[in-house]
Parts: sequence; structure tokens; C-alpha cells
Amino acid sequence: MNRDEVKKFAWLAGIFLVAYFLPLGDPKVTGAIFEAFRLLQWYAIHHTLACVVPAMFIAGAIATFLNQASVMRYLGPDAPRFLAYGVASVAGIILAVCSCSVLPMFAGIYTMGAGLGPATAFLYSGPAINVMAIFLSARVLGIEIGVARTVGAVVFAIVLGLIMSFLFRSGERKRIEAAPAPTPPAATRPLWKTALFFAAMVLFLVFSDWYNTNDVTVKLADGTEIRANIRYDTRDALDIQRYEDTGRLATEVERIPKNRVAEVAPVPSFTQSVHEVKWYLAGAMGLLVLLMVWRWFTRDEVRAWMHATWDFGLLIVPLLFGGVFVTGFVGGLLPEQAVAALVGGNSLASNFIASFVGMIWYFATLTEIPIVEMLTRLGMGQGPALALLLAGPALSLPSILVIYKVIGARKTAVFCLLTVVMSTAVGLVFGSFVG
Amino acid sequence: MEIKVLGPGCPKCKKLYEEATKAVSASGVADVSVSKVERIGEIAAHGVMMTPALVIDGVVKAQGQVPDARQIATWIVEAQAEK
Repeated sequence: MNRDEVKKFAWLAGIFLVAYFLPLGDPKVTGAIFEAFRLLQWYAIHHTLACVVPAMFIAGAIATFLNQASVMRYLGPDAPRFLAYGVASVAGIILAVCSCSVLPMFAGIYTMGAGLGPATAFLYSGPAINVMAIFLSARVLGIEIGVARTVGAVVFAIVLGLIMSFLFRSGERKRIEAAPAPTPPAATRPLWKTALFFAAMVLFLVFSDWYNTNDVTVKLADGTEIRANIRYDTRDALDIQRYEDTGRLATEVERIPKNRVAEVAPVPSFTQSVHEVKWYLAGAMGLLVLLMVWRWFTRDEVRAWMHATWDFGLLIVPLLFGGVFVTGFVGGLLPEQAVAALVGGNSLASNFIASFVGMIWYFATLTEIPIVEMLTRLGMGQGPALALLLAGPALSLPSILVIYKVIGARKTAVFCLLTVVMSTAVGLVFGSFVG
Repeated sequence: MEIKVLGPGCPKCKKLYEEATKAVSASGVADVSVSKVERIGEIAAHGVMMTPALVIDGVVKAQGQVPDARQIATWIVEAQAEK
């Protein structure tokens, strides 16, 4: 049996063992199964059509219409050093659409391209700044943490890259001669058309994904009014956090069955007003995209785009929804006090633990988002949540082993250390602002 | 003749491998082996920065994209003619 078959067998055996031994009589377990479906429904209703699906089309378009080779040129052996850092820290948007391409590119940039600094910068920020990660984080975890994750990843990627290349400035490695890159096909349309096309698609996503403040006044059937923030809205129940008289959110989440709710009225604000007309704005952008596709793109290009989008769907949807389901189940079993004790609040220890666990743990594509969401619900602080989001996708035990083979033990150790220190620091600062 | 498909195993790499095997039978050139190279170190050793990449007899023919079977077949025929 080859490796693929072994993997498949392990999956089947694992599912079999779970099915065989699952103690269905235990109310905690049945509760956890219910939670898993509840979380899955929440994703299906609130995050799938407005966020995951359009983001998949954008990712497909990036892979099809943007010339990766032209970006790679700025990370090649002849690239100006300082430009290379800047490009490396944001190149993930275009280059890391497929997460499995990150490590080979890292190895390439290190061994034959711009060197250790830009390579580590790319590795740190890449997984955090692909389109899907940006939008899903902002949508699921809130706009602040979504922005902080993106900005933090880019800024600290540059800092980390510079530190790495400063520490290891003397050790000139032996370089591998880069194969001459085959000449990329000539651009089929002027740059402004491509730019406009992507702008319209991103704006579609910005509007369809527009932030819902979730600040509402809930009127109950018995006449009481509650000022609250909705955490989860599923078909049968509302999970809310009350606003206390001080204006702060209560820490505990209450579940109110829908049949007790008479009316839910959003608290008006600019963000909320835009939210209410978001589908009109998104629809206008969608029409614009269709118009451009019709006028500017050939049938073959559109077919290639749809094909790439479908490939992403096949890759991401099972992982994401499977991840959401498992996260909901495990979250239903985890005791809140244990999570809060480890990563609650915004202490140095909480941030460090979150960063360290993030460095070791392997997150399948995008699953870091539901996992962090679940942990914050169980009491994880905002700072540690960001720390985990930064350190998590950048490194994992399997990727550390690969990196070790490429850059050696000392550099790997320093890189891991810097990643943890940097993520802890960003988490601390962020936590003290929003916590 | 030796054809290598470099890439850690993402959908595009698998697609390239399929196209390459199709191309081999279409080209009619005998005695061609197609193999996958999945280790990052080996991929980098070929001087390739973007995956998937196609290497025919040690020469990088494509990287970061998936050429179709027809294109690969012409490369195979060319490489055969040079021998």
C-alpha cells in the first residue's frame, strides 16, 4: 500500500472506532453532538454563501488570472534586498492561495531566491493573508481581530525576516542555481482591466461580508427588553451576551429559545445601515463582475477560472465543514474553566501558551478560525486568540520538520522562537487595546 | 527518458501528473518513465521555485502552471529527437 492508501485506511479506521465506542448514553456526549450540529448550522447560515463561496471564486481567479511568476521575480536572486522584504510579506495574497505551495516556495526563495530574510517573512505571513483567511477571520471572529491578524502578519513578517537575516548575516549558504523560469505567456488584457475585475470581486465580498454589529434590542414575549449582542443565531435559539449598565458586555452567554422572543431590533448605526442594504451593494458589484467577464474574457479563460474555483471548493469545503463539526463537538466536551484558566484574560502566560500551542499544532487550511472562535466562546481572551491565529498557520510540527531539512537546526530553532515571541507580543498589545 | 513531476501533492500537482502520463501515451515515444517528486528538498534541488513543475531529462520545462497533455507531448517528442 502506498502512503495515500494508508492515510485513507487510517481515516476509515478512525471513524469506525469513534462510531464503535461513542458513549451515546452520556448526556455530555449527546449535548456535544448537538453543539456540533448547531455550530455547523451557524456556519451554513451565516458564513457560507456570503463569505466562503465568493472567496473561493476570488481565490480561483487569483490562481488563474494573476501571473505568479511576475511576483516571484521580486523574490528571485536579483531582486533588490529591501524591496524583497516588502514583497515577501504581502506576496502570500497571490502566492499562497494553495496552502501546500507555501513550503516549496519558501525553500525556493531561501535556496535560490532572495535569501533567508524574505523567505521567513513569506512563511510567517503567507498563510494568514490569503483572501479566504482574511475574510473568514473578519467575519467569524469580528472585524478588529480580522484586521489585526492581517496587519500584524504583514508588519511582523518584515520584522521577523530582518531579524533572521541580521542574526545569520555571516553564514553564506551555498546557493542552488535557479532554473531559468520559462517565459510567462504574454498578458492577454491590459493591467487596468484585470485590476478593475479584481476590485469589483473584492468589493462584492466586502459588501456581502459586511460586518453585522449584532447589537440588538431583544423584546421577549413577556414584554421585557434586553440590550444585548448576539453571539449565535440558529433556527431555534438565540445565544446572547447582555449589555451591563456600564456599557460592557456580560461575560456569560445566555441561550434564549426563539419561541420566547417577540422581536429583535438592531441598534441603528452607520455600520448597521450599510449592513441592511449590503445585498443590493454586493449585487451591483456582482453584475459588474458578470459584465466584465462577458466583455473581456474568453470562454477558455472562464472555464479555467471555474475549474480552479471548483478545485479550491473540493479542497477547502470538506476540511472547513469537517473542522467546524469536530470543533463544535470537542468544544461541547471541553470544560470552560480549563480553557479560561489556560488562555483566558490577557496575561503573558495566556499569550505565550496560545502562541506555543499554535506553533506546534497543525491546522488544516482555515480550520484555525472555527477553533479560535470556539476557544474564545469557552473563555479565551482576545489577545491570546490573535496570538494563536498568528503563530498557528505559520508553523506546525510537520512544517517545522520540513523547514529544518531546508535551513538546518539553528535557524529553525531561532525562527520558531521568534515566531512565538513575536506572536506573544502582538497578542499582548492587541489584548490590552480591545480587552 | 525520465519525466519528473515536482510538487508536494496538491490538486494541481496531481493534475500535472495525469497530464504527463496522458502525454506519454499520446507521444508514442517508448521507454518513458514518469515519477513524482514530493520532498521539498529534492524539489528545490532542481532549481524550481514554484510548484507544480515538470522536468524532462533534467530540464525544467514548466513551473507554477499545468501545461496540457498536448504541450507536454511536443516536449517529449523534442527531447527524444535531441537524443
